[in-house]
Amino acid sequence: MSAPAVTEKKEKISVPFDYNKYLRPNKLPHIWCPGCGHGIVLKAMLRAIHNAGLDQDKVCVVSGIGCSSRTPGYVDFNTLHTLHGRALSFATGIKFAKPDMKVIVVTGDGDALAIGGNHFIHTCRRNIDLTVLVFTNATYGMTGGQYSPTTPIGSQATTSRYGSIEPPFDACEMAKAAGATFVARGTAYHTLELEKTILEAINHKGTSVVDIIDACPTYFGRMNKYKSATHMMEVIEKDGTVNVKQADKLPPEKVQGKALRGVLHKVERPEYCEQYESLIMEKAKGK
Amino acid sequence: MSEKKKKLLQGNEACVEGAIYAGCKFYAGYPITPSTEIAEGMSVRLPKVGGKFIQMEDEIAGMAATIGGSLAGFKSLTATSGPGFSLKQEALGYACLAEIPCVIVNVMRGGPSTGYPTGPSQSDIMQAKWGTHGDHPAISVTPAYVQEILTETVRAFNLSEKYRTPVVVLYDEIVGHMREPITIPAPGELEVIDRAKPDCKPEEYFPYDDRYLIAPLAPFGSGYRFHVTGLNHKQDGFPTNDSKVIRENNERIMRKIEDNKEDIWKNEEIFLDDAEIAVFAIGSTARSARFAVEKMRAEGIKAGLLRPLTIWPFPDKAVRELSKRVKAIIVPEMNLGQMVLEVERCSKGAEVLGIHRVDGEPINPGQIIEAIKKFK
Ligand SMILES: Cc1ncc(C[n+]2csc(CCOP(=O)(O)OP(=O)(O)O)c2C)c(N)n1
Ligand code: SF4
Repeated sequence: MSAPAVTEKKEKISVPFDYNKYLRPNKLPHIWCPGCGHGIVLKAMLRAIHNAGLDQDKVCVVSGIGCSSRTPGYVDFNTLHTLHGRALSFATGIKFAKPDMKVIVVTGDGDALAIGGNHFIHTCRRNIDLTVLVFTNATYGMTGGQYSPTTPIGSQATTSRYGSIEPPFDACEMAKAAGATFVARGTAYHTLELEKTILEAINHKGTSVVDIIDACPTYFGRMNKYKSATHMMEVIEKDGTVNVKQADKLPPEKVQGKALRGVLHKVERPEYCEQYESLIMEKAKGK
Repeated sequence: MSEKKKKLLQGNEACVEGAIYAGCKFYAGYPITPSTEIAEGMSVRLPKVGGKFIQMEDEIAGMAATIGGSLAGFKSLTATSGPGFSLKQEALGYACLAEIPCVIVNVMRGGPSTGYPTGPSQSDIMQAKWGTHGDHPAISVTPAYVQEILTETVRAFNLSEKYRTPVVVLYDEIVGHMREPITIPAPGELEVIDRAKPDCKPEEYFPYDDRYLIAPLAPFGSGYRFHVTGLNHKQDGFPTNDSKVIRENNERIMRKIEDNKEDIWKNEEIFLDDAEIAVFAIGSTARSARFAVEKMRAEGIKAGLLRPLTIWPFPDKAVRELSKRVKAIIVPEMNLGQMVLEVERCSKGAEVLGIHRVDGEPINPGQIIEAIKKFK
């Protein structure tokens, strides 16, 4: 039996949004735990795709392996669930072979920054037109709560029972340093802001990275003594972040130690597929 | 007017010619000796024919992007050697299960590990079959001449497109770097097969439609929206825990090769009709073997050669039949005993003797002659 139709009207969005147009309702229910942030990100992604006015047949959603990487199965596009860490490489193949497609990569923090760290860096360096949504929940959800490259020092995980001693990565700083031309951060708590940020990322030509802080209440939450999923969202996503536009106006002590949200870096630089077509293919023709 | 062109080419260059002839339009890889000339050649040739070349950050990415290129609808190639072939294995298994056609060239060098990068070897024969985890289908072709690298690369693409599966082109460094005069076939001279594409309505399309042994594969972006995963899946491409479906699918991907072995196999037989002693060899070793066998014939010794151009699926039928007619089968190979185990498995009656060498030197005809003479 297929799941009930999901529809919703929101005042801020002028057109009623039909989720069923973009979901695969017969593939629901999803695998995510109650309180998991991944579903909220999925919602923001779908609304952004809709608002970008993209043709479903020309959208490709690619993921690696992890709880977050199950997203493609639920959405009605050309969808590819690949190998742990390799989503960006598969996506690069598709985008480069068929540049008229809009390729969106959904990946966990472990998927993107640990096993896939090398591909992350080089994707940003090439500035190939991929929209990369990193679901940063500071844990390996799928394998049961081991520490990830974004786990804060001192945190509990099933592989850091004495507290994690590894300094975490800042995905945005890394993306920027590696050459990504659009870098932003959002959270599952700030849903409307997230939707807008993803839309901006989709509309950007080049590698766009959105680091999305979301919660894994099942593992990270329970092991680190958060009372509930909402408590986690409040502490980590709401109180633990500040919008970059407000940050300048606030006294330093209100910004210190908080992750910045919003568009953190945006520059124009030639996009990889276009460069290949205009420089290499043109030159090769004459030879 | 004939459009045939004579060229003096290196094996790896012939591989590039073969790929272009077959209609390859996408290459993603990472350079490694002794296969690098393939990447270099493809980087020059592909953009001229409207294709794409990308040098990835490692072999894992190269294999993954190659699969991506194929899913986008283009015939895709990657080439590597030794350590690079090891790195590609996980994604190669993905292509087996997800049934994405693509061609992987492995120019064999000395191993294990970094081993002997510039030395020839045939020690990846088993890896070409068993390199990735899990039971999976394997097709691997083994050219021995520069001309044959071209034609076997075309055949590899054909098999890959026809059976919707990755195909490994396996040859040793000697053949890869050897130069020989070859003929570039005229367009239309060699058969070129393209994968079956669906013609049903998009809403009726299943990427693993169980009405077929090998279902048509729609390119991404062509209006057929479907899901691909490396998880065990149903005919619609979505993951499943249904043990019946898992079993059927795992068996089907093996069966599509098993049931078509006659089509996939290809052997060259030299002096086998009345042979009493046979040699079974591939690649440059088969060239030594041919020389040895001809020498033996000149001396009146009834030796013959069975040279498989398809090593996987293993030519069990040919070996079994041969083993009933000859006293002995000699298996020279540049490894410590891989093909010889398969030959032993398939032999019914004949004695099997391996000749093995892992010092970076080719197996010379003298070694094979010595072995043949033991059985005369
Ligand atoms: C090569 C490989 N190594 C390890 C695994 C096991 N594994 C599956 S998902 C995962 C971590 C997922 O964490 P993350 O990417 O952060 O996503 P999340 O589940 O938290 O959403 C691991 C280690 C695997 N599938 N493949
Ligand atoms: S384990 Fe964590 S990340 Fe995975 S679905 Fe549950 S809450 Fe989400």
